[in-house]
Amino acid sequence: MMISRRTTLAALAFSLLAGTAMAADTIKIGVNEPLTGAFAASGTYVVNGAKIAADEINAKGGVLGKKIELVIEDNKSNPTEAASVAEKLITSDKVPVLMGSWGSSLTLATMPKLEEYQVPMLVETSSSGKITTSGNPFIFRISPPSSVEADAFEPIAKKLGLKKVDFLVINNDWGRGAAADFSKMLKANGVEVGLTETMDQSAQDMSAQLSKLKASDADTIMVTSAVDQLTLLFKQMAALGLKKRVITTGGSQNPDQIIAQAGAAADNTMHLTTFLPWWPEKTPNPEATAYFLGEWKKRGFEFAGATESFRGYDGIRSVAAAIAAGGGTDPASIQKGFWKVDIVGLNGPIKFAKSGPTGKESGQSKPNVYLIEITDGKVKQVQLGG
Amino acid sequence: MDQLLQHILNALVLGGTYALLGIGLTLIFGIMNVVNFTHGALYTFGGYAMYLAAVALGLNFFVALPVALVAGLLLGAFIEFTLLRPLRRSDIDTTMLVMIGAGIIMQSGTLWIFGGVAKAVPTPFPAQPLVIGPVSLSYVNLFVLAAAIALIAITYFTINGTRLGRAMRATFQDHDTAALMGVNVSLIYTATFAIGSALAAAAGALLGPVYVVTPQMGELAAVKAFAIVILGGLGSISGATIGGFILAFAEELGAGYISSGYRDAMGFLIIIAVLLVKPTGLFARAERIG
Repeated sequence: MMISRRTTLAALAFSLLAGTAMAADTIKIGVNEPLTGAFAASGTYVVNGAKIAADEINAKGGVLGKKIELVIEDNKSNPTEAASVAEKLITSDKVPVLMGSWGSSLTLATMPKLEEYQVPMLVETSSSGKITTSGNPFIFRISPPSSVEADAFEPIAKKLGLKKVDFLVINNDWGRGAAADFSKMLKANGVEVGLTETMDQSAQDMSAQLSKLKASDADTIMVTSAVDQLTLLFKQMAALGLKKRVITTGGSQNPDQIIAQAGAAADNTMHLTTFLPWWPEKTPNPEATAYFLGEWKKRGFEFAGATESFRGYDGIRSVAAAIAAGGGTDPASIQKGFWKVDIVGLNGPIKFAKSGPTGKESGQSKPNVYLIEITDGKVKQVQLGG
Repeated sequence: MDQLLQHILNALVLGGTYALLGIGLTLIFGIMNVVNFTHGALYTFGGYAMYLAAVALGLNFFVALPVALVAGLLLGAFIEFTLLRPLRRSDIDTTMLVMIGAGIIMQSGTLWIFGGVAKAVPTPFPAQPLVIGPVSLSYVNLFVLAAAIALIAITYFTINGTRLGRAMRATFQDHDTAALMGVNVSLIYTATFAIGSALAAAAGALLGPVYVVTPQMGELAAVKAFAIVILGGLGSISGATIGGFILAFAEELGAGYISSGYRDAMGFLIIIAVLLVKPTGLFARAERIG
């Protein structure tokens, strides 16, 4: 139904490029992200981060002597679209490798296409456990599965003295997966788990769920969703006078955007995130972080997007490293190359370990997870300890 | 009990805006026999008109609101004049296809101009809610409810208490006879479509600041509007008003006491039930003759 400006431009550019000698001189990387729909803000941030990486790599001479070229497509925050976008990128644009598809449900819908066409994909954001445990050898993930997030949160759960936790999660693989993994960890630590409420990814009014959570006897609400819905949620919590401890998971909060749009309603909320752009000197790769943030600012993007966009940047750098390590521009070489990737991303080392059933393992890198708290409109880090 | 009171309050606020959405759609169908597939796009248009007036032009919130409403009125008149008037004698399928096309153009146009990322519209209301005993309500929601009720009342009065309304009702009953009695039917059609559009835009302008403004905000709104109209009976204003509140209560109480995962399904379950028992809707008006 909708055609984004980027899609149209990309389509136009490629109809012009198709068949020309220039196309053969570049290595195409398919980028399958939500640029419209419920996750438009997040997907756009990731794509902008990816572009910074591509420009940086090309300025340094590209990979295997060739320039890389991003073919960006909009999956409209819709799993069906995500699968058809992947098919289009592989069959029509002939990309040998993909990055995508932001959301867990979007990535899970894309995965059968990867198997069908034997093309590898770097997963930059999705956190459902199923992605790397279902036996798809074309998947290489740099974002944390929610079980890794839950484990990282374990020490602080004790320190905060949580007694009973309710969940409010987005009604898809991401949200339900997070609720399941965090419940398991909390129960193992003697924390009681109460309600698990869900919300549709495009829902704007969550007052029914919040009224129910307000009446519950839990002391803490764990929330999983992306920035746009979180902003509405915090405003509606304030409107209902809901004053419980709130902890969000998933790393797509973009805290500064929440502060800007939800104001005081975001105070005293805690967020699990995977990048600390507020303190570049403390990140695992301060030099790269400083470069990335400088470039982000130079391009006129809001600082708020950095916590999300860094994954696009790390993702494309990982793909480029896989192409270089594999030594070829065909999908099979790149798939092999992924296993040899060893770089330091903005959130620590990127190196893939085997995950899932033997013989058909997916690759999973182990990223760092941090906890931040918003106090008086400012972001501060909470030490996870341990 | 406290929770129930809060749910009822939430449903009243939600119902007001649902009613507003439903009335605009049912009015156009009832009088013009046109299924308005641009309704969702007009709702989105209202949201962006509010964003432009309040953020880009920096107008006062209470000035920006009527500006958005009038913009919706003018856009509606323009659509009627350019698209529907030449198709007056065509069958309902042709009109429907043209309106679907217009809706797609409007949505894609919004995406082209503003991009896919949501925009926030600030409100002058305090962030602290109004707390009455066990329940609380934000001032902006209270204002939205009041504005929705005022707009519904004005529409009701226009239809039932003015000369224009009498001409509209006459056209609804039989447009040929109305034309013979000296009613300018073309003008009535333009006015009807403009009023219906203004109501959709007003709903978008009121809810844009409560939520956020996105090019897709109209999709869900249009689905709900159609549901409300089916529930209330095609062409019935009081039916659409009551239908809006029924849908809001079904969603709110369904999510609160049954399952939040099926929140959007609750309304549709009720519609299926209504269609099984009373296929013309709860408050259907007599079919027009001729």
